Amino acid sequence: MSASGVGASNAIAAKVEHPADYRRVYVWELPVRVYHWINAVALVLLCVTGYLIGAPIRLFYASEAYQQYWFGWVRFIHFAAAFVYVFNFLARLYWGFVGNRYSSWTAFFPLKRAQQQEIVDVIKADVLETKLHGPISTGHNALAGLIYFGTFLVFVFQTITGFALYSSMSNSCLPRMFTWVVPLMGGEFGVRFWHHLFLWFFVTFVIIHVYLAFYHDYIEGRGTVSSIIGGWKFDRVEKGDK
Amino acid sequence: MGQSVWQSMEKKGYSRRDFLQFCTAAATMAGLGQTGVAQVVSAFEKKEKPAVVWLHFQECTCCSESFIRSSHPIVVDALLDVLSLNYSETLMAASGFQAEKSLNDTIKNNKGKYIVLVEGAVPTKDGGVYCMIGGKTAESILQTVAADAAAVVAWGSCASNGCVQAAKPNPTGATPIYKLVDKPVINVPGCPPIADVMMSVVTHLLVLGQLPALDSQGRPMEFYGRRVHDTCYRRPNYDAGLFVESWDDENARKGYCLYKMGCKGPVTYNACSVVKWNEGTSYPIQSGHGCIGCSEAGFWDNGPFYQHLPSFPGFGIESTADTVGTVVGVATLAGVTAHAVVTNIRKHKVIAEVHAEEHKES
Repeated sequence: MSASGVGASNAIAAKVEHPADYRRVYVWELPVRVYHWINAVALVLLCVTGYLIGAPIRLFYASEAYQQYWFGWVRFIHFAAAFVYVFNFLARLYWGFVGNRYSSWTAFFPLKRAQQQEIVDVIKADVLETKLHGPISTGHNALAGLIYFGTFLVFVFQTITGFALYSSMSNSCLPRMFTWVVPLMGGEFGVRFWHHLFLWFFVTFVIIHVYLAFYHDYIEGRGTVSSIIGGWKFDRVEKGDK
Repeated sequence: MGQSVWQSMEKKGYSRRDFLQFCTAAATMAGLGQTGVAQVVSAFEKKEKPAVVWLHFQECTCCSESFIRSSHPIVVDALLDVLSLNYSETLMAASGFQAEKSLNDTIKNNKGKYIVLVEGAVPTKDGGVYCMIGGKTAESILQTVAADAAAVVAWGSCASNGCVQAAKPNPTGATPIYKLVDKPVINVPGCPPIADVMMSVVTHLLVLGQLPALDSQGRPMEFYGRRVHDTCYRRPNYDAGLFVESWDDENARKGYCLYKMGCKGPVTYNACSVVKWNEGTSYPIQSGHGCIGCSEAGFWDNGPFYQHLPSFPGFGIESTADTVGTVVGVATLAGVTAHAVVTNIRKHKVIAEVHAEEHKES
């Protein structure tokens, strides 16, 4: 890329190591970053405590019940994290309508032709590794957006089934709104089964998500990983794009 | 016909004292306080005793067996005596045409006033041929009898949710009563239901002449409002994280929570841990065995009994969601690792390509 208009020093740099110019773009606004990290912490807590609720480990042997309350705490953390997670998610949904274009709800549905083309490109880059560079959206790429929409559906499913399970031990209105789910899914056996099964969706999602963040950081080279901390990404400045 | 409960008891030789005892017990069971006793006495003295039809379809009669083992013998005696049990395949003396006539007469003479107690599921497949009585299918008998009934009670899990007959693959098309009858049905699930719960439902109908408060699944809230787990005496061990790890280990001897042994108490709505069984002697968890969830719909299909989570369908008995999830998780990790390895093998090529392209552009 030409360094025209930028100065002699850049022109020299281009020849040596850094031929391209990059522009800082504020992609993830503060609410989006806060959402991401609250969600990450809540999700990890929910997965760990959720797994423990399903398969409690043995911490104490031959002691008496009044001496500890650890399983109670595990469940408490699960329920508390669940409430944080739900309201955090609702806040993110709201931000999808008022935030910048990278956080807009439109990023999650590949309705435009360009987005559909990008899905093919991203599959080539991520899965087939045949096209390791080339333009990829600054915000969510179209495939990531679509998959995040899928995770939102799972969020909703986990919220509904979770509150349905919780409703039998709560009088507060939010969980009580979901009592109808239990008979619909054939009793609490079924609700518990599905709620537990989707725990593994999150485990799988986190592995792939973290890996792909690093991977894109590497192949794109414009700060994918740091963007979710500071909010900035780097766009290559094309000719005449100043 | 036309007799009140008191008249019929008096005729059978019960003393006034027995009658008052019965009324007190009935009032308690219907959930009335001490002040309600007078109301019950007055009702039983004046009100005509209701005719009762007890139908048996696809079942094992464990509900009837349970019913006669109530912890208040006077109530069960009185009920069996005072209820005009006009038709019950198990308990009536009549047989053949006589029995059928008795059923028809009851329906004809007590239109809209008699109570129907149904034990067992109704097969609907192949025209209902899998359960026929007196040449008629269970379904047609149920429809005829339920049409003019004042109340319909579904005894046990068979009648409430199909129980073992409706378990996969449900060869006879066994169907619970509430799906066939277009009037409110009181579901009293359990395999069998607790005797005292059955007794209470009947006394509630008799004393107050109305249905008890029901939850969304048609079960009396009084007895099915809470989970076995919520009122279990081993619950503190659950909260403390003290679990029986294997049968007859030290933890089992100490009476820890049976959650890890597959106890279904946390998903089962019943009054076992409060009312208990056999005159309040014990209940499964108290005797050291987990709850199998017999009062929950589909409990046969959510086994095994000794595993907390149901088996994953199609993956064999021992595979739970956790087994499947672990396999998927490990496979994902392996895939990601392979991907990372491939990426790094190509690393130099990628860097070279990027640089070449950028040099070309500049």
